[in-house]
Amino acid sequence: MARYDRAITVFSPDGHLFQVEYALEAVRKGNAAVGVRGTDTIVLGVEKKSTVKLQDSRSVRKIVNLDDHIALACAGLKADARVLINKARIECQSHRLTVEDPVTVEYITRYIAGLQQKYTQSGGVRPFGLSTLIVGFDPYTDVPSLYQTDPSGTFSAWKANATGRNSNSMREFLEKNYKETSGQETIKLAIRALLEVVESGGKNIEVAVMTKEHGLRQLDEAEIDAIVAEIEAEKAAAEAAKKAPARES
Amino acid sequence: MKIDFSGLESTAPLCGANSEMFDGISTSPSFQIPDTTDFDDFQKEAIQMVKPAKGTTTLAFIFKEGVMVAADSRASMGGYISSQSVKKIIEINPYMLGTMAGGAADCQFWHRNLGIKCRLHELANKRRISVTGASKLLANILYSYRGMGLSVGTMIAGWDEKGPGLYYVDSEGGRLKGTKFSVGSGSPYAYGILDSGYRYDMTVEEAAELARRSIYHATFRDGASGGVASVYYVGPTGWKKLSGDDVGELHYMYNPVEPTVVEQEMSEA
Repeated sequence: MARYDRAITVFSPDGHLFQVEYALEAVRKGNAAVGVRGTDTIVLGVEKKSTVKLQDSRSVRKIVNLDDHIALACAGLKADARVLINKARIECQSHRLTVEDPVTVEYITRYIAGLQQKYTQSGGVRPFGLSTLIVGFDPYTDVPSLYQTDPSGTFSAWKANATGRNSNSMREFLEKNYKETSGQETIKLAIRALLEVVESGGKNIEVAVMTKEHGLRQLDEAEIDAIVAEIEAEKAAAEAAKKAPARES
Repeated sequence: MKIDFSGLESTAPLCGANSEMFDGISTSPSFQIPDTTDFDDFQKEAIQMVKPAKGTTTLAFIFKEGVMVAADSRASMGGYISSQSVKKIIEINPYMLGTMAGGAADCQFWHRNLGIKCRLHELANKRRISVTGASKLLANILYSYRGMGLSVGTMIAGWDEKGPGLYYVDSEGGRLKGTKFSVGSGSPYAYGILDSGYRYDMTVEEAAELARRSIYHATFRDGASGGVASVYYVGPTGWKKLSGDDVGELHYMYNPVEPTVVEQEMSEA
């Protein structure tokens, strides 16, 4: 009787775990996702593929919450995401039960990363094909945090990060334009980063904002369109300002 | 105690982890059926046999400046006093104390075990565990041993981010949050002094004196309590032992002997 299949994730002669690297490829093909941490606001944004006409868009939420104070967005295999999110949600409640305290963002990130790692070192299973962006406010200290995990099971904290399709360009944009922001400015920065790689328009991006007081709030299309319009106006004004002095000299 | 979610697990088995388990599993489970005709009550009998009376007095209360914890130091085996110098206040870590009532070995072992778990929590999460969390860890462990004869009646006192914390945890699996507790055979007497003298806004010295007097009165009236009355204070910077007075000496301090007045001098010849 076969007790388990041969382990799928094994080392290559030059020290690579190819299955994990292939999983990272799957992530690179997934939709773009960006997260930006402000002083009192954290914003998650994901690219929405052009809406299929008959599909009920409310059933495909890409930004979900794990608890009242923690939210997650991911890039990669959405079915894998569902499994991981369910386990994380259970762990959030289990933690509340055993220590009577909500989880910290670091704790739940460590848990999810640990799960992803477990699946790279077990027989008969393949790694999860997704990278996650986890945001939230720690209970009692109210410190905002943004973490990223990937299929290998590593995690780290970020001020702003992007994953999924064209994440390199988004990250470059963020590196150039990041500064400490709060409130509306943080939302604008996240949307600007997404607009670098996504066709402009409210119907192609999904944005959620997390604040200490109101928890996770999904922005509706009209709001997003308004902010996009603001951003375009600012861009146009900046272009005009650049051209005008050049003409004078 | 982790909720059992095995029913919700995905079907992909993590065979790496399970293979050792599956190796040994045979078709029939191997546990022994108890050799008794009374299946419903045999456990109760077993517990009565091992149930030691919680001969002790311990108390703890929260007040404005923090938590005051006090205990006696007598260990008794039935009518025999086996020791007058037992440490009944256990230092779990520099900012948390536990009290001992019931089985001495059970209390000592499980408090030490709790100390280990608290330290591991600190290392994993880079912050101290709360008094709530620590007491819950202990309560869940004791609950899982429920009915197996553990005898623990303890109070977990400490100072964490939320301020002073005090919980009562016992081997039946109970866990209560509160501001004033006394545990042990001498507790009714201690409660008498504690309840009548307690005020929230006492100074540290006043609270210490109240705790000391409560323990003294319990040792005076309860045969299973005695020895030394230890008083500890838990404040924002951790715990500190304030005093350890022999209750015999305390008795004469509270009830000084008046020299009897001699009515007539005895005269020589």
